[in-house]
Amino acid sequence: MTDPTPIEGGHVPGGALGELGADAASRKRFLKMAGGTGAAGALSALIAACGGGASKSAKSSSTAATQASNSGDVKIVNYALTLEYLETAFYAKVVASGLFKGGDLAEIRLIGRQEAEHVAALTATVAKLGGTPAPRPQSTFPIDNPAQVLGLAATVENLGAAAYLGQAANIQSKEVLAAALSIHSVEGRHAAALNKLVGRSPTPDGAFAKPASMDQVLAAVKPFIVA
Amino acid sequence: MSPRTKPAVPELAGIEVQGMTRSAFILRSTLAAGAVYGLGAVTPFVGEALAQSGGGDVGIVNYALTLEYLETAFYERAPKGLSNGVATYVKQFGAEESQHVDALTATVKQLGGTPAPKPTFGFPDGGEAAFLKLAQTLEDTGVGAYNGAAPQIQSKEVLAAAGSIVQIEARHAAIIRVQRNQEPAPLAFDKPLTQTAVLAAVKPLITGQGPPPGT
Repeated sequence: MTDPTPIEGGHVPGGALGELGADAASRKRFLKMAGGTGAAGALSALIAACGGGASKSAKSSSTAATQASNSGDVKIVNYALTLEYLETAFYAKVVASGLFKGGDLAEIRLIGRQEAEHVAALTATVAKLGGTPAPRPQSTFPIDNPAQVLGLAATVENLGAAAYLGQAANIQSKEVLAAALSIHSVEGRHAAALNKLVGRSPTPDGAFAKPASMDQVLAAVKPFIVA
Repeated sequence: MSPRTKPAVPELAGIEVQGMTRSAFILRSTLAAGAVYGLGAVTPFVGEALAQSGGGDVGIVNYALTLEYLETAFYERAPKGLSNGVATYVKQFGAEESQHVDALTATVKQLGGTPAPKPTFGFPDGGEAAFLKLAQTLEDTGVGAYNGAAPQIQSKEVLAAAGSIVQIEARHAAIIRVQRNQEPAPLAFDKPLTQTAVLAAVKPLITGQGPPPGT
């Protein structure tokens, strides 16, 4: 992949979303915005799909341990599945937008295909665990111009990598953990490549990647979910 | 550059994994009672140290430590005259690998083990293209090594630390690949590697056993 857009200087032109992640302050504003507005009904649906993970009070303390561990893995995998659905829908919309051509389009298609493979694998994993795969959420994404889209893509991939990292230690099954890890590092690869493309550091957290909690991630993707 | 004292995303700094903050790379001393391996886990030959499958979390962390020693030495001995973009990444990535060495060394100690000694390494001479090619092999191998070993980790704290490091290895691998006009993520799923496979990949670069730790 070559750098196709003349934004090497580190400035991402475009709207507010294009600035996301360009500095800590803008991300902080974004997270506040994400937490403060949005389609509450749709978010409720997403939280339900994720097994109620966004609510601390929903954590069961009375469930039998074995049952809890299996349902815990189902909840985590469905959470990941929902994020992968969103990523897949985002890239499909970007491809359809006609904003990208040639090598850039090919790269976006490839990343989108890989996210779709994650959807398929996670769906199968939920079924294997005896759970019901989360439904594909209805989503909406701002698709304005190439720089803004790439900036949003970078933000989404960094968030996805942090989301997997945040759940790794919570996964009970070694098989599920191995699968999650093999996806986690691919999200990290996508994030780094897109960061480079938009002039951000490939390792914005430094030597140790930071995890994100389920609450944090759900708040961040809230603007992209519609009822 | 000091990423750990100046986080790029300060609002994420308080996020916890299972009630433990990221700062718990330096593991709580209470864990030390659980796994005391000491010198016995560190075999006299690096190859055996890498190949060992036993040793629990200490063995796994020492395995990772040896790979991080290798990567750190590799970036330290980068050839002169690298292009500007590559030189910047080499400096950044080398510093990050070095921080992994420090964190893993501390982790082994907190687990009650003895950190693996730093081996001596030999890298082939060559220009930027050859350097980047080997960098790609090392970083991709690092990703596979962590992904292969992580499910065997018993401690959630150690697992969280390993996950935090492997994502950085993946980011390094992606950037090196892009520099070489390769796909940053060649597959939708990174393949986990066994210690045997990793050893085969890195053995040609290990020339000898370093001095025992603390000397």
